[in-house]
Amino acid sequence: MTLTAPTRTMSAEPGSGATVELRGVVKNYGAMQALSGIDLVMRPGEFVALLGPSGCGKTTALRALSGLETIDSGSILIDGVDVAAVPTNKRDIGMVFQSYSLFPHMTVVENVEFGLRMRRVAKADRRERATEALEMVGLGAHGERFAHQLSGGQQQRVALARALVTRPRVLLLDEPLSALDAKVRVQLREEIRRITRDLGITTVFVTHDQEEALAVADRVAVMRAGRIEQIGAPQELYATPANPFVADFVGLTSRIPGEVVDGRIVVHGIALPLLGDALPDGPAVALIRPEDVALAAAGDADAIEATVVESSFLGSLRRTSFQLEGGSLLSVQHDVGDHPQVGERAYLRLKRNAVAASVVTSEKSAI
Amino acid sequence: MTKNAVRIGTEPNPVVRWVILGVVGVVFAFPILAMIEFTFRDGLSGAHTLDHWTGLVSEDAARTYRNLFTAIGNSLLLAVVTVAIVLVVLLPTMILVHLQFPRLKRVLEFVCIIPITVPAIVLVVGLAPVYAVVVRVFGGSIWTLAFAYGITVLPYAYRAIQSNLDAVDVVTLSEAGRTLSADWGRVLWFVLLPNLKRGVLAASFISVAVVLGEFTIASLLNRVNLQTALLQVGQSDPYVAIIFALLALLLAFLLLLSIGRLGRPRRSGSGS
Repeated sequence: MTLTAPTRTMSAEPGSGATVELRGVVKNYGAMQALSGIDLVMRPGEFVALLGPSGCGKTTALRALSGLETIDSGSILIDGVDVAAVPTNKRDIGMVFQSYSLFPHMTVVENVEFGLRMRRVAKADRRERATEALEMVGLGAHGERFAHQLSGGQQQRVALARALVTRPRVLLLDEPLSALDAKVRVQLREEIRRITRDLGITTVFVTHDQEEALAVADRVAVMRAGRIEQIGAPQELYATPANPFVADFVGLTSRIPGEVVDGRIVVHGIALPLLGDALPDGPAVALIRPEDVALAAAGDADAIEATVVESSFLGSLRRTSFQLEGGSLLSVQHDVGDHPQVGERAYLRLKRNAVAASVVTSEKSAI
Repeated sequence: MTKNAVRIGTEPNPVVRWVILGVVGVVFAFPILAMIEFTFRDGLSGAHTLDHWTGLVSEDAARTYRNLFTAIGNSLLLAVVTVAIVLVVLLPTMILVHLQFPRLKRVLEFVCIIPITVPAIVLVVGLAPVYAVVVRVFGGSIWTLAFAYGITVLPYAYRAIQSNLDAVDVVTLSEAGRTLSADWGRVLWFVLLPNLKRGVLAASFISVAVVLGEFTIASLLNRVNLQTALLQVGQSDPYVAIIFALLALLLAFLLLLSIGRLGRPRRSGSGS
C-alpha cells in the first residue's frame, strides 16, 4: 500500500485537550472484576498508553471512559465534570476502534462528515471540515470512495479523521493498529502521534504491543488484572520498573536464578545491584535485559560459559539465546558481525554498569 | 492447483449451472404455462379466446367481481399491516437482542421458528379464542387478521433479517455512531437501517408474498382475502380465478426479484 503524505493540518484550537481523571473506577462482569479501582489522571494534551496483556482491563477502561460500558463505582471526570452518567453521544469524545468501523453504505467523505451531521453543522461547513480532516490524514483524494475500496491502513486513517473532525476533547484509540501489517503500523502510529500533538488533544491509546506504547506515549500505564501496576514515562518504566510484572512485560527479560546476599543478587558468581525494595537473603530470580549482557572471550574475568540455543538476525542487531549451566536461558543482544552457531560453546559477561535495569524477585513472589 | 483439480466449496461450472436452472425452471414453468393456457380456453370446444382476459376490464367486471376486488384490497391492506408489524416489532427486537442481549438470541430464534412447525389448522384452533378477544378490543375489521399473519411470517422475516445482522458488524457500527454524537434513534436510522436494508426488504417482500398466498387462517376465521375470494370465484368462473392467481404469482415474483435490485449496496465509480 502506498500512503500519501499529508498535505494540510487541521488547525489546533489552543487548550482543546481536556483533563481526564479516573477515580476508583470499578467494573464487574458477574463475579469477574474487570477494573479494580483504577486511578488515573491525564493532563490536557497528554498521550497516555494503556498497556497490558489480554484481559487486563485496558479496553474496559477505555470503553468506560467512552461511555460504551457503564461503571459500578468510582467517577470519570473530563475537565473536572463527572461524566460517568453521561451517555456516550454527549461526552464529546472521538474514538477509533480495533476493527474497521467505517459505515459501509457511506463514502469516505460522508463517513468523516457523520459526526458533524449529527451535531447539525451546515452542509457546506461540514463538507469543508471533512475535506480538511481527510487531507490531514493524507486521503484528500479518496473522499468519494467507499470503505471496501480502501486498504486497512487507509480505513483506519479515515476512522481517525472521522474521530477528529468534531474536535473532541478526548481521543480514544482502541488498538487501532493491531489489524495492520508491521510497516503500515509503524507509519500510522507516528502519524497518529504527530496529529494528536499538533491538535493538542488528550489521547488514550490502548495496546498490547509494548514497543508501540513505548514509541508513541508520553506516559504508559501498565495494567494487570484490572489494576494499573505502574504509570510513567516510557524510559522510566523501562529503566526502573516497579515490580517484576512490569519488568517482564516492558522489554525483553531473561529469568536467571540467583541468590540474594546483603542486598545484592549473586548470579553465576557475579553480584548485581537490586532494583526496588530490598529482599531478604535467600534464593531469588533475576530478570535481566538482553542489552545488559555481552559476548565475552574464554579468558575474560567473570565470563559465564553457555551453549548457543538459537540466534536471530534482526536487521541492525542480532539476538541470541544461550543456555547456562543449570538449564536457564539467557537472551543476549549483540552486533550482527558476531554470528554464534547453534550448539557451540560461548562465553557471556553481565554488564555491571547497566545491571540497574534488572529486577530481582524472590522465588516465592516470582510471577 | 492443476488444471483438472476439483475445487471444493465453489460454484459449479456454467454448464452444470444452466442444467440445474433448466430442470428447476421446467418444473416451475409447466404448471404456470398450463395455467396460462387454461385462461385462454374457450370452454370445452378446444379453441382459444381472449374473452376471459378482456372480460376483466369490461363495464360489468367491477360489479361481477366486486367481491374479488374487495378481497384484493383486503389482502393488500393485510400485507401492509403485516409488514408494519414486522418492521415495528420484530426488527427493533432483533436489533436490541443482537446489541444488548446476545444471550437471548437462541431464545428469540426458537420463538420465531415455532410458527413454521405448527400447521395452520392447529394455529387457527389456538387463535380462535384469541380472536374473540381481538374482535372485542379492535372490532372485526379485516386488518386485525394481520396479528395472526404477523405470527405466520415470523420464521421467514426472522431468517431474512438475521442473516443480514450476522453479515454486518452492527455492534461496532452502532458504537462508532454513538461516539460520533448520534443517539440511539439516529444510530438506528442513519447507521443500522441502511446496512440492514437488504434483510429488511427481503423480510418485507417475503411477508407480502406469504400474506397474498394465505388461505387457511382467513377461511377458518371467516375473513375474506384474495385466496378465499379466488376459491369462491373459482366455483363459478374458474378462468378468472386462475387469471387472478397468475397475477398474484406475478406480483410475488416481482417482489422477490426487486429484493435483489433494491438491496444492492451503493458503489463508487472510482476503483481502489
